Amino acid sequence: MLVSINWLKEYVDIEGISTGELAEAITKTGVEVDGIHGPILNDEKIVVGYVEACEQHPNADKLNLCQVNVGEEELAQIVCGAPNVAQGQYVVVARPGARLPGGLKIKKAKLRGEASEGMICSLQELGVDEKDEKFVPDHQKDGIFVFDEEVQIGEPACPLLNLDDQVLELDLTPNRADCLNMIGMAYEVAAIYNKELQLPSPTVTKADESSNDYIAVRIENKEMNPYYGAWIIKDLEVKPSPLWLRNRLISAGIRPINNLVDITNYVLLEYGQPLHAFDYDRFGSKEVVTRPAHEGETMTTLDGKERTLQPEHLLITNGEKPHALAGVMGGQDSEVQDDTTTILLEAAYFDPKTVRKASSQHNLRSEASARFEKGVDLARVKEAAIRAAELYEELAGGTILGEMVEAGSTEREPVQITFERHEINERIGTELSIDQMNDILERLRLPYEQQGEQYTVTPPSRRNDLRILEDMVEEFARLYGYDHIPYTLPTGQSNKGGLTKRQRLTREVHAYLQKTGLNEALTYSLTTEEKSKHFVSPEIQTDQEAVKLLMPMTDLHSHLRLSAIPELLSSLQYNVARNQYNLGFYELGPVYLPNEGEDVLPKEELRVAAAITGIWENHPWQGEKKPVDFFVLKGILEGLFENFLKDDVVFEKASLDGLHPGRTAILKLNGETIGYIGQLHPSIQKDHDLDETYIFDLNLEMVFAHVDETPDYEPITKYPAVSQDLAFVVDSDVQAKELEQTIYQSGQPYLKTIRVFDVYQGEHMEEGKKSIAFNLTFQNNERTLKDDEVEELRERIIQEVKATYKAELRG
Amino acid sequence: MKERLQSIKQEAITEIEAADTQKSLQDVRVQFLGKKGKITEVLKGMGKLSKEERPVIGQLANEVRDEITASIEEKADLLEKQAIEEQLKEETIDVTLPGRPTHTGGPHILMKTIRDIEDLFIGMGYEVAEGPEVETDYYNFEALNLPKGHPARDMQDSFYITEELLMRTHTSPVQARTLNAHEGRGPVKIICPGKVYRRDTDDATHSHQFTQIEGLYVDEHITMSDLKGTLNVLAKHLFGEDREIRLRPSFFPFTEPSVEMDISCKVCNGDGCSVCKHTGWIEILGAGLVHPNVLEMAGFDSKKYTGFAFGMGPERIAMLKYGIEDIRHFYTNDVRFLKQFHQV
Ligand SMILES: [Zn+2]
Repeated sequence: MLVSINWLKEYVDIEGISTGELAEAITKTGVEVDGIHGPILNDEKIVVGYVEACEQHPNADKLNLCQVNVGEEELAQIVCGAPNVAQGQYVVVARPGARLPGGLKIKKAKLRGEASEGMICSLQELGVDEKDEKFVPDHQKDGIFVFDEEVQIGEPACPLLNLDDQVLELDLTPNRADCLNMIGMAYEVAAIYNKELQLPSPTVTKADESSNDYIAVRIENKEMNPYYGAWIIKDLEVKPSPLWLRNRLISAGIRPINNLVDITNYVLLEYGQPLHAFDYDRFGSKEVVTRPAHEGETMTTLDGKERTLQPEHLLITNGEKPHALAGVMGGQDSEVQDDTTTILLEAAYFDPKTVRKASSQHNLRSEASARFEKGVDLARVKEAAIRAAELYEELAGGTILGEMVEAGSTEREPVQITFERHEINERIGTELSIDQMNDILERLRLPYEQQGEQYTVTPPSRRNDLRILEDMVEEFARLYGYDHIPYTLPTGQSNKGGLTKRQRLTREVHAYLQKTGLNEALTYSLTTEEKSKHFVSPEIQTDQEAVKLLMPMTDLHSHLRLSAIPELLSSLQYNVARNQYNLGFYELGPVYLPNEGEDVLPKEELRVAAAITGIWENHPWQGEKKPVDFFVLKGILEGLFENFLKDDVVFEKASLDGLHPGRTAILKLNGETIGYIGQLHPSIQKDHDLDETYIFDLNLEMVFAHVDETPDYEPITKYPAVSQDLAFVVDSDVQAKELEQTIYQSGQPYLKTIRVFDVYQGEHMEEGKKSIAFNLTFQNNERTLKDDEVEELRERIIQEVKATYKAELRG
Repeated sequence: MKERLQSIKQEAITEIEAADTQKSLQDVRVQFLGKKGKITEVLKGMGKLSKEERPVIGQLANEVRDEITASIEEKADLLEKQAIEEQLKEETIDVTLPGRPTHTGGPHILMKTIRDIEDLFIGMGYEVAEGPEVETDYYNFEALNLPKGHPARDMQDSFYITEELLMRTHTSPVQARTLNAHEGRGPVKIICPGKVYRRDTDDATHSHQFTQIEGLYVDEHITMSDLKGTLNVLAKHLFGEDREIRLRPSFFPFTEPSVEMDISCKVCNGDGCSVCKHTGWIEILGAGLVHPNVLEMAGFDSKKYTGFAFGMGPERIAMLKYGIEDIRHFYTNDVRFLKQFHQV
């Protein structure tokens, strides 16, 4: 909504209030002012001139010598180069001393030997840019500007062209439809500044002839169309609107067309009531029937497009064929044209939802539909028609035929809001007195009754947004001023607040992973269909497709992820493409598991995924560079498990799609799979331009379910531990973990810890064999172990390992 | 004999001075003081002396031995000091060379912003509430006073999964769910962070996925001034003690009255500049008193209970605080971007 300050001044006295100040006050009280435009130009030395004579400059072919009446005794001689200057024109003259936009200062001058006292201006020279120029008729765009009408010679030209105006650009919230018109804004400003209001009270001379003789109105669906008024206006002459009216429309961003159309637009801006003028002679019947469209019915709207309609759309018809899509756009057949003499003026109330469906389905948002969609003021429908009729009479020579022909009603269910003073104060946190509250209601011009502490407010229909107590709380709060409301903090019973265990654990996982050197990443939850199929952890049922959107905007974001890995790999690739090669990312967040059944929410499972690539150990100037490997990432996971779990997580060799078949493990906790770890398959690494890359994807729900935070305290024993090393030669496919388990079982009751400290394969080792060395610690918490006790366990371990794995004890 | 001892002493001192390593000093010690050393030899020859001479020469020999011993020790100390100095000199490094890098990971700036706000409110007794990102139409809209057909819930603005399920468009459904769970009994004090989704084409200022953090406080006697006081604490925590706030009326279906909070522009201190579009104020968040329909739908008596709610975008806050120019940075994971916020 654009609000002209010059126009606003017609209704409310805001002299002495700067536009900036006004904008801030409006913003703080209720309607955000997004910007202030103009003024373009306001210089009293720029005046209307009348070209009395115009002849060719004696010394220059392309210059004219004009004698211009500028309202002074003597004519001013002005040299003008515009080819369109001619005798008998009303033009804009910048007199000596005037300053034009861009800084040009006008001086008396001699041009090719002839005196020139000023400059005849084009619109561009007056600062009208392309944006505003689109509102100007083509014939006024080129060369100097020439008034289409007689204007007062010598009068300042800037106000005449409305160049001195400032315009507020409002960002209206949907509840304040009352400010979608000049009168509504006048109410608002008058309330803010406690000013008188000067509103129009239109009157018309009604001819004896009755509109009833020309038209009847029938409404078929009262819900879609509660009220319809039709008025016949004859003897009209189509011509350009007067300058003042054109200026008003231009200031509101509406292009003037001709007087017949401009008047409806002017009333729309002034009253917020969209009106429509049909050419009566082209309407084709003596009856207006408003009805829902038939399924598949078509009509051609003003823009020349054929529209296919549904029963949820409301049509204005002549009983047979549609002439308008109600509240949205008129039809081509009954459009006002240059030869129109009689119009059927429509003033109606259309159901907001009906109009919204039509405008959004046909993508036809207009000034009219915007207002109907938010609900126009029922009380103003008829008055707006009278205002338009008054202007048709005044500006187009129209004859108004009797009373408007009406169907339906503009009555509305009255709203009453009853409250006590304390209910308002308790919600705002203020101590407004009865006087203060009465003052606010007076300024808002809301009818009310007050008896003691008790109030009953009856909001007028222009304030359709006022329905309940809380709406009144807002009115009092905003007019009292949010700036004046005190700063307090709630004083109710105190809560302990804080994080749940799950939230705290989540934060601890973040902190741990960051400490290991990983960067937290955030990727999109919506991914491609293709990506949604990959790197899904084996414990997630993969026979079901990922959850997908009904209407994705793009294939890039159509499916909900089942793993963060695919998007993390894209992030790695993005960085590598920018020469960032050493990367470690993790992302902690939900994946979305489809659930059986219609309209059942997916299961959101908290998982953490990580991807690392590039150099992990690096000494910048000693040449040490160790790329990341499986055991770097495994170590990170092991540390995580050690922090959170008492139960062992088993890394079980596995083969998964997309991963290196020899370097992948699934993670098992108490026999259940909780995720996987592995190297990206070399071919996928290549696709992503990545070096060796390792990933994991872990179900945090499962980890959290097994978290036991009570430490199992054991007193520190004072008896010494005995350390022993054992190395075995075994087949190279024997896994360390198996050996470890055998050793552990054989070493009871005194074997406490086992640690692999060397693995060797290759030279000096038989083909297909490897050596694994373990460091074992024996301890008895009750007493010192005897040498032969340790020796016996050691021997037992050796025999067991030899027997189980055909192992040899090494060296 | 006396002369012999004197000359041994001279000889020893000369050799001690000449010794330049611990090894050669040790040789000197053996040569003079060892079992076959020169002093020992003198003492062995004492048997030939007269009874009167013996104690005199004996004493003299002891004196000479002690002097030589002292000199050797002194020299040994000196040599050790020199050796240490030598070693230190050899071990000297260029302290200006770069250190061995440790692994420095860190949080994402959005998550950090969220945690910071969470912690502020936890300190004021709030709990952190979470909810599903795929929501029912009921909780995302209806329970928030956005019935079917309401203009603010256009299908075109949301990612629907079925007619009844959609990607939540705000974190407000968590408020509705939490209120429901309280079964009409206050107080409810929660802060709700999370990811939300809207049908926007990604560009410098729009993202189809972004984050929100909302607060809700429902109890008896909660006022607009409580909201103002709470937002003031938040604004100063986020943007500095010297920032001013202002509230101005706005509209959200789930609050009435609704307000937006602006903070005074840090760049121009309220005088107006391009950052604040020449208004002196920068819009930060939306807030209001919980709409009675929302309270009633969740089973709260709106005559007894009132409440305030507020919501903001961590992206916007981070962009304002650090001058981040493109919202897509938050989701691209350019490591050169991420690492800049690890120290913040
Ligand atoms: Zn500023």
